[in-house]
Amino acid sequence: MSYQIDPRRDRELVDEFRQRPIGQHSPNLQRVLNTLRGGPLKGKYVLVCTKPFAEWVLARHPGERGQPIELLPDQRFTSLEEAEWAVFRLRWLAHTGEELN
Amino acid sequence: MLQILGYADRLVAAPGETIRFMVSVAGSRPYRAEIVRIIHGDANPAGPGLKLRPVETAVTGSYQGREQHADAGSFMRVPDHPKLRPDGAFTVLAMAWPTTPALERQALIGQWQASTASGWALEILQGELALRLGDGRQSQLIRTGKAMGARRWYLLAASIDPAAGLVSLVQRPLQHYPHIDDSASLTATLDLAPATPPTDLLLAGQALPDSRIEQHYNGKLDSPVLFDRALALEELDAAFLRPMPEALRRSLIAAWDFGQAIPSTRVVDLGPHGLDAQLVNLPARAMKGWNWDGGAMRWTDRPEHYGAIHFHDDDLHDCGWQADFALTLPADLPSGAYAAHVWLEDGAAAEDYITFFVRPPRGPAGKQGRPKAAFLVPTASYLAYANDHSHLDAEGAEMLMGRLLVYQPTDLYLQEHRELGLALYDTHSDGSGVCYSAAQRPILNLRPKYASWLGAHGSGLWQFNADTHLFDWLDHEGIEVDFITDEDLEAEGVSLLEPYRVILTGTHPEYHSKRMSDAMLAWLGQGGRLMYLGANGWYWRIAWHQSLPGVIEVRRAEDGIRTWAAEPGEYFHSFSGEFGGLWRRNGRPPNVVVGLGFSAQGFDLSSYYRRQPGSHDPRVGFIFEGVDDEIIGDFGLVGGGAAGLELDRADQALGTPPNLLVLASSENHTDLILVVSEEVNVMTPDLTGSQSPLVRADLAFFETPAGGAVFSVGSIAWCGSLSHNGYANNVARITGNVLRRFLAPEPFTG
Ligand SMILES: [Fe+2]
Repeated sequence: MSYQIDPRRDRELVDEFRQRPIGQHSPNLQRVLNTLRGGPLKGKYVLVCTKPFAEWVLARHPGERGQPIELLPDQRFTSLEEAEWAVFRLRWLAHTGEELN
Repeated sequence: MLQILGYADRLVAAPGETIRFMVSVAGSRPYRAEIVRIIHGDANPAGPGLKLRPVETAVTGSYQGREQHADAGSFMRVPDHPKLRPDGAFTVLAMAWPTTPALERQALIGQWQASTASGWALEILQGELALRLGDGRQSQLIRTGKAMGARRWYLLAASIDPAAGLVSLVQRPLQHYPHIDDSASLTATLDLAPATPPTDLLLAGQALPDSRIEQHYNGKLDSPVLFDRALALEELDAAFLRPMPEALRRSLIAAWDFGQAIPSTRVVDLGPHGLDAQLVNLPARAMKGWNWDGGAMRWTDRPEHYGAIHFHDDDLHDCGWQADFALTLPADLPSGAYAAHVWLEDGAAAEDYITFFVRPPRGPAGKQGRPKAAFLVPTASYLAYANDHSHLDAEGAEMLMGRLLVYQPTDLYLQEHRELGLALYDTHSDGSGVCYSAAQRPILNLRPKYASWLGAHGSGLWQFNADTHLFDWLDHEGIEVDFITDEDLEAEGVSLLEPYRVILTGTHPEYHSKRMSDAMLAWLGQGGRLMYLGANGWYWRIAWHQSLPGVIEVRRAEDGIRTWAAEPGEYFHSFSGEFGGLWRRNGRPPNVVVGLGFSAQGFDLSSYYRRQPGSHDPRVGFIFEGVDDEIIGDFGLVGGGAAGLELDRADQALGTPPNLLVLASSENHTDLILVVSEEVNVMTPDLTGSQSPLVRADLAFFETPAGGAVFSVGSIAWCGSLSHNGYANNVARITGNVLRRFLAPEPFTG
């Protein structure tokens, strides 16, 4: 079965992700990330590049071929690391009910 | 969304030849066009930036745009023929293996004209076999009321008998399961006398009034047959016997045999009128038929067991658009990568680059006074990835990348416009694998500026645009090379390579036919010097279509990193009859060609190489001239290092030559770089970057017996490091040292 995030045990991994969203992670953080990045296509967060190498907008996958990608224009980022952190928080909230800040 | 896009009628041409360009503009607005030479297609501000140099040609100018559309979906067409229009009784039969039976409406076979409600059509409506009839005024629909299951064989039949005023339908599963109610046989009153219009008979599609084909069918069809009388129920089985019993033959109109002419787009009719048919948009052939029993795994052994064609509603071969302009290549146009840059004149910031390659002249003229080095453009690998939808369709893509998927505007377009056709990594809408790819369509990831979801943190380039890192470095160094392509190699063999002392590969030359691989080995046997500047090369075996240019086939058989797997019994190419799959599984691992073979992959960050003892061997002193560093390539636009994405290693057990020197090996990879599946026969928990010795790229060199040599970098990311620090860095230095020595005539001594 897929790993269930335990917010009490896994809370200590959040900082590690925030420091380095892309790159080598501890096995425990990798396990959490596999859960956060897994799941069905429908509703999955993706980024849409709006200015090459400068700006990205959050979007959600419709889960079906041929359907448009839903842009969330309020959530605009100027670095990929910033976007990773924002999506991590959204997914953490969805999995644990906890807000991270 | 994309407001202008296009394609060329070919990917490669020689001076004096003409390329036609097809363009579609939303709203039919005017646009401008200009030819550019592509030097560097990476817009990353951390690198040297875009270098697209305008070339003055007759193309430069303004054009009136028009909207053009692709019509995806494969089908079979039988030209209209008087014998196809029985005015009395008839029976139609076929074996079917539907893959999406539940869809609203799928056409199996018929001559139906919707605008006049005339003709007949056998269809699947939400799983049920149905017969549609029309007399030109009204129509009648009969359906079985029982839903078929997916991926199971059914005998389907319909007959009408106007004299008796009866119509019959049979939907019979070849395998019965208790509690599964999918069988039907019914007879109803015929309400009208069907009048068949003089239209083509179509399989797996129906024509709309504007001649587009709709109501595509997903799944296999086998042995469609037509008789000019209503067959009795007990005669139906015999209609599938070959040879056909004489009593049935006498009533035969046509019986199409998909087991013949498999490598082509032609379908042979066994009937008395020679009603041969054409396949459109390349449905999959050499597919196991209803009678396949495991006795043959290779279609050439028993073609009568491979009498199925798998049709898909998203197959595409040639868009067939009207040409907007053409370019006859000037005699003095340097060999290289080019594009027709087209952009809207109304300031809409909409543009496209239609990429093509200029090769040396054909024949003897192309063999004299040429540069001594050539870049082998991996057009087969570009085609394999053409319009890749993995990031749009594959659930696991983000986990594989270890970072959020980034979509470009072209990706948003691909998501909504499935009619531009698929890549060899994709699955069809019914989940089956895509085994053919063709060049005659807009290919949105074969263009400068395109940043791929796949190409590691940083520039994010993959295939063509990643290869422009090499073009740029060659340009910076002032080294002129010819551009020759995979399809030229397929056509001309070793003679294409013979004028050159050095061949450079791209970052990811993954797909090779036997002719291509043989030619490279033959040229190396003559003393050629190969610079393999990538990884995961010579990996998949492919076949080129025997008559259609720019069309390739892969069968993802047995093993390897596969985004889909070929069905057992369907491992042999339909174009050639050859066994498909990995070259490693064909007895020719990449190690035999380039000294290295695929070992690990991952797409988050790249790493660096550390020099190994082999680098101090006097045989390779020339490679490290001016390089004192222990660490090679700890920088770069592709993931921040020269060793990344896909990694190859040396292994004598897999055919690495015993005289190969490992000059450096990469290390310190992340745990998202994983050992490839063909290395793993038993799963162990240490297959990741921080634990497995197989997660590494080897930088390697070996001499060949005829005075040639091979230099291999074993990493897709290598070329992304060439421009670092104003091109002054150890990756560029090593690459330059090798190229200059390889260009010198002195043989390498064995
Ligand atoms: Fe690949």
